[in-house]
Amino acid sequence: MSNDIRQIAHALLSEGKVSSVIGYAEGSLKGRVQTLIAHTAREAEKFIFNENCVNNLAVYLTKSYGLINKDKPAAVFLKPCDIKSVTALIQEHQLRREDVFIIGLSCQGVKNGNVMAGKCMGCSIHNPQYYDAIVGETVEEKEPGISDPFAKVKEIENMTTQERWDFWMEQFDKCIRCYACRQACPLCYCEECIVDKTQPRWIESSSHPIGNLSWHLIRAFHLAGRCTGCGECDRACHQNIPLSLLNMKMGKEIFELYGYRPGMDTEAKPPLTEFKMEDSEEFIR
Amino acid sequence: MNENFEPKIAAFVCTWCTYTGADLAGTSRLKYEPNVRVLRLPCTGRIDFSLVIKAFENGADGVLISGCHPNDCHYNAGNFHARRRFAIFRKLLEFTGIDPNRVQFSWVSAAEGAKWRDVVNAVTDEIRKLGPFNEYQKLIHDSFPFRHEDSGAEEISEKEQVENVK
Repeated sequence: MSNDIRQIAHALLSEGKVSSVIGYAEGSLKGRVQTLIAHTAREAEKFIFNENCVNNLAVYLTKSYGLINKDKPAAVFLKPCDIKSVTALIQEHQLRREDVFIIGLSCQGVKNGNVMAGKCMGCSIHNPQYYDAIVGETVEEKEPGISDPFAKVKEIENMTTQERWDFWMEQFDKCIRCYACRQACPLCYCEECIVDKTQPRWIESSSHPIGNLSWHLIRAFHLAGRCTGCGECDRACHQNIPLSLLNMKMGKEIFELYGYRPGMDTEAKPPLTEFKMEDSEEFIR
Repeated sequence: MNENFEPKIAAFVCTWCTYTGADLAGTSRLKYEPNVRVLRLPCTGRIDFSLVIKAFENGADGVLISGCHPNDCHYNAGNFHARRRFAIFRKLLEFTGIDPNRVQFSWVSAAEGAKWRDVVNAVTDEIRKLGPFNEYQKLIHDSFPFRHEDSGAEEISEKEQVENVK
């Protein structure tokens, strides 16, 4: 498969069809990969795709990386789950479909370290929904490896209020506020994040309990109805805070209340930007 | 729990309906619990949940959000957006172990001074039953050990102070 990848990247770059190709290359450690942004056909020789390619490259399509320009599209290698992030970016007018050349990769699950990534356990999309070119053979769609992707979320839901508080306080206590979760997230594309605002200071910036709680509440809520579940926040967090649980909970509630799943339709409006007259208001006095 | 506990409640209200309704309660000389601090905003759609978090950070025991009834919004749709946002926000609070009853939501129109009184009384009662938000107070105390707080901080008698100086 890596050969096909190099060929297609080489062809796109040498024909001058794209400005750059964003893909995976061998990392400096065994079993790890790194991102390679190739601007010349010669660099394309380094591209690979294997079971270690867990990163979501959609993050490089956000404005801050400056890889998208109007003259030529940027090509990017995307797994089916990563395409959901692109869908969300298009939905939110952060990206135009014609500015990106999607090279779809069929995927049977990738590894994070030595074990299968959490997101792959509950995955049911193994072939890209849309693409400009595709590499590799179509793989058979199969049922998720685990019966209930929300098992851990439900476990927390079943705790008492005090137990939930203690659980999250223990988790948030580990946070050192490096914002790796934000940087890795393709949908955290704000040019100025609320946490960096100082007038007023919405979120205390040092890593003490108040600031950590506010940051994680606000991060989770800003991704409610938008998070596509790529799991990059979890992977980026070196303190091992299970951040995606918060996002999954938000996704679950959004689906139950408004029947919406993020990253499925470029034309759909995100659920918190629209409303229906008959929305539930059982919590209102 | 302290029996004399009086909760501090931050009430975020929209200027067009609830604020005017609260005003009507005042001009009608209706008596209600003095625990709410009314904060006026243009619309419930403007009430960012960060404001709610800020209220807790500043020592509120509960939050009340109130605006125009559906279809009465001065800006047509602000309250509908707020309704969705807070339906989800409550779930997030619940999930992180904060009692969602600490954040109350209501529709009070400009003509409903009496409803405002009832809502404030009911909410104050409920927050009083929940008791002081000790978990959050503790976080504040742990985060800012040198900040002086009325609640939580140990009261040092004048005598002790004099002795400390010595």
